[in-house]
Amino acid sequence: MGDSLTNTAGHFFVTGDPMIIASDVAIVLVSLGIVFTLTYFKKWKWLWREWLTTVDHKKIAIMYLISAILMLFRGGVDALLMRTQLALPNMKLLSAEHYDQIFTTHGTIMILFMAMPFIFAMFNAVVPLQIGARDVAFPYLNAISFWLFFFGALLFNISFVIGGSPDAGWTSYPPLTELQFDPGVGENYYLLALSISGIGTIATGINFLATIIKMRAPGMTLMKMPLFTWAVLGTCIIILFVFPVLSVALALLLIDRLFGAHFFTMMYGGNPMQFVNLFWIWGHPEVYIAVLPAFGIYSEVVSTFSQKKIFGYKSMVASIMAISIIGNLTWVHHFFTMGAGPAVNTFFSITTMAVAIPTGVKVFNWLMTMYRGRITLSLPMMWVLAFIPNFALAGATGVWLAEAPTDYQYHNSYFTVAHFHQALIGGVVYGMLAGMYYWWPKMFGFKLKEKFGKWAFWFFNIGFYVCFIPQYVLGLMGMQRRMYTYTPDMHWTALNFVSTIGAYLMGIGFLCIAAQIIHSLVHMEKDLTGDPWGGRTLEWSLPSPPPHYNFAVIPQVSDRDEWWERKRRGEQDALKPRPEDIRNVHMPKNSGVPFLMGVCFFIAGFGFTFGWIAVGAAGLLGVLVCLAHRSLDQHPDHDIPADEIRRTEAALGRL
Amino acid sequence: MRPSWWKFAFTLAAGAGISLLTSGCGEEIRVFQPAGPVARSELELIWLQMGLTAVVIIPVILLLAWIVIRYRNKPGNRAPYQPEFAESRTLEIVWWAIPIVIVGILGTVTWHKTYALAQSPNPSKEPLKIEVMSLNWKWLFFYPDQKIATVNYAEIPTDRPVEFLLTANAPMNAFWVPNLGGMEYTMPGMVTSLWLQADKAGEYYGHGGNFTGPGFAQMQFRVVAKPQSDFDAWVRQVANSAPDMTKADYDKLTQPSVLGELSFSSYPEGIFEQTVMDEGGMYMDHDRAMLGNMMPHS
Repeated sequence: MGDSLTNTAGHFFVTGDPMIIASDVAIVLVSLGIVFTLTYFKKWKWLWREWLTTVDHKKIAIMYLISAILMLFRGGVDALLMRTQLALPNMKLLSAEHYDQIFTTHGTIMILFMAMPFIFAMFNAVVPLQIGARDVAFPYLNAISFWLFFFGALLFNISFVIGGSPDAGWTSYPPLTELQFDPGVGENYYLLALSISGIGTIATGINFLATIIKMRAPGMTLMKMPLFTWAVLGTCIIILFVFPVLSVALALLLIDRLFGAHFFTMMYGGNPMQFVNLFWIWGHPEVYIAVLPAFGIYSEVVSTFSQKKIFGYKSMVASIMAISIIGNLTWVHHFFTMGAGPAVNTFFSITTMAVAIPTGVKVFNWLMTMYRGRITLSLPMMWVLAFIPNFALAGATGVWLAEAPTDYQYHNSYFTVAHFHQALIGGVVYGMLAGMYYWWPKMFGFKLKEKFGKWAFWFFNIGFYVCFIPQYVLGLMGMQRRMYTYTPDMHWTALNFVSTIGAYLMGIGFLCIAAQIIHSLVHMEKDLTGDPWGGRTLEWSLPSPPPHYNFAVIPQVSDRDEWWERKRRGEQDALKPRPEDIRNVHMPKNSGVPFLMGVCFFIAGFGFTFGWIAVGAAGLLGVLVCLAHRSLDQHPDHDIPADEIRRTEAALGRL
Repeated sequence: MRPSWWKFAFTLAAGAGISLLTSGCGEEIRVFQPAGPVARSELELIWLQMGLTAVVIIPVILLLAWIVIRYRNKPGNRAPYQPEFAESRTLEIVWWAIPIVIVGILGTVTWHKTYALAQSPNPSKEPLKIEVMSLNWKWLFFYPDQKIATVNYAEIPTDRPVEFLLTANAPMNAFWVPNLGGMEYTMPGMVTSLWLQADKAGEYYGHGGNFTGPGFAQMQFRVVAKPQSDFDAWVRQVANSAPDMTKADYDKLTQPSVLGELSFSSYPEGIFEQTVMDEGGMYMDHDRAMLGNMMPHS
């Protein structure tokens, strides 16, 4: 009896690896610590009222940001484990199976559960404020998006302690991911977690598209929108085109695994190549989804800290739109070596290289924005300046990889690994950090101290080059990606060791960012002006953090850099509300249903992962109940009386 | 934060890159050590793309450094300040045009080479055919004209084009010998073709290029290139001294395992084609056409 129980538990809980045991203990202790703290300070009610049930885009942004930073930590630990395993030949730190799980979770987490929430944090924190809106178009749906992402990420993250992580790479190619070669629950975790958070992502795409199209302040024509908002618009268009493709691909593979269908099996007429096509039809545009918002952030930051109008606004808009269209025509470059034939390969080589044209234009326009400006080297600006050479190199290697004949040599080697890390770190992560530093005072009402931030910047940047430049060379030396070890006679040791040092430097950089946040919390320096950087767009005309209805009176816009122009003409007060203009404001009510819907999805996902159809069905039933509840809700919103708003504004010193 | 910090950072990055490329490991950068026309043709394009992208990258980095140093917001900076300077048609046309020209040149060369690489590098010479099968976690080579088979190593004659016909009896992998040329996927139920040729005699490192599970890191193999007469001698030696491969031997090879090198003086007739059919080729018109009359009677 006892034995069989241990056996069952042994299959359910992952045991036997000291590192995982340590993680288990840490997870339990941290959870207990959180529960204790909340109970001791009587914060449960506050947590539920203020955060779990919120539909306010500004709070959702903060939750996205915290999630993204936590996931950056988790993915970073994965990365350091891998780099440690590869530091020297024949290392015994990780077994092959464990290494395979770690590179799979690293890729999946960094792209789906770190980069995506990070960009959504920026969407939520900035877009409604920039366009003069009180919230997004569908605040309730926005909360659902967040909780689906959150519980998708949670489902994915418990895999390594309950049941085992996926281990076939973040690309999850069949037939390796079919039951024949990959029994067990790991792959199901991957499929279900991505499906759940993918629903949230599609909803976010719809939400922000509608917000930008319909909720702009009067006078803000499309060609007067800030560039970050334009970038979000382009991103949302891509999301709507490609995320459904991923959902379908994952669903088909899941049906294969759970119900024995044959969409992608080798036998019975299944076609694994079809999955590869579907995956990359989503997967390549996905990198533009991640990098376009970063481009938008760079445009805002460069303009603000050069105290100069953005150069070539129309070109910038055209290039965002060009990238979002051309990006959908490049996916085959991920499998030039699949024997599709020279005509197909040539076509996709040229479309892929074409993406470099609008991207190159953007880089030159950023440079010209700084030219004859007045450059202040604040933290956000430093990350932008570090991004330009970094991304120039990433773009160049992207063009090299885009050419089929040379891609035959680079494909799936460390050269490729170095390229996409350079594009995703040097492009996306630098952009998100720049955005985080830039909008932090607006989100939280206090500034981040620069002391540890400068340390973080130098550790992270120098670490980046030390880590990834050797990997380009390793690729040319014939080192394959996803190898858990290598032999000393390959002469790969020196470069791998250097690369590992760089990874640890980046790890120190991350710790410096954490230290900076804690340091700034302790030595709080409040942002009383609402405009700490000399900003140019509407969000800086509001106090930091803005009241929950954002604008007491929706502003009338006449210029592209509205706030900057007003300041130049000495009309700051024109954007402040006049008491007689304040009316009742119609706002959505908080709701616990999005959170509960996330819980239901989590239960469903967990059930299907283990093949417990009844549990899965129960979870989906719960989702339906949540949907019905919303449909039957007669009063999902309420009015804030004008008097209350006058009092709030007066307290903020704006009347 | 003085400007010299920036110079320092750039110098560091550039210096690290250059010193890595020129350090003593040149011999080991296999892609830069082509041993045949295919790898050489790919390397030519690598040099061209490096040169053409440098035309953009280097000016961008120098311009960035110069702009940041010259237009710093510090007291007494006498450089011009024009906050309204935000449009210039001429400049915009220039940098829409530069990348278009570069992509045009690279696209043309890519087009030409992509077609060339799909053909024999030397059509006047009779090619050698080798059928390659990736298994979990080993490489199996069949010589249909010589009737011999090897595991985890292959020998080829120099100065003669070799057509590798690739398939898998396991999850998708890729066949890659960096000194001889780029890779091609091996897929179950599919046959892909890869043309390579060695001009220099020698031993070349090969490895699987697409992850296939826990034994993937051990999926390396050797390709030995030697003059035709030595190659013929090797074939005779294997045919005379190595054991036969029975169906049972083959089935054992398809089981997951990591092995060393093996040689066989014969193998079951039509096993390669049969495997392609069994693993899904029977559903693909493309395969049936490619295998054509090589098919055993079924």
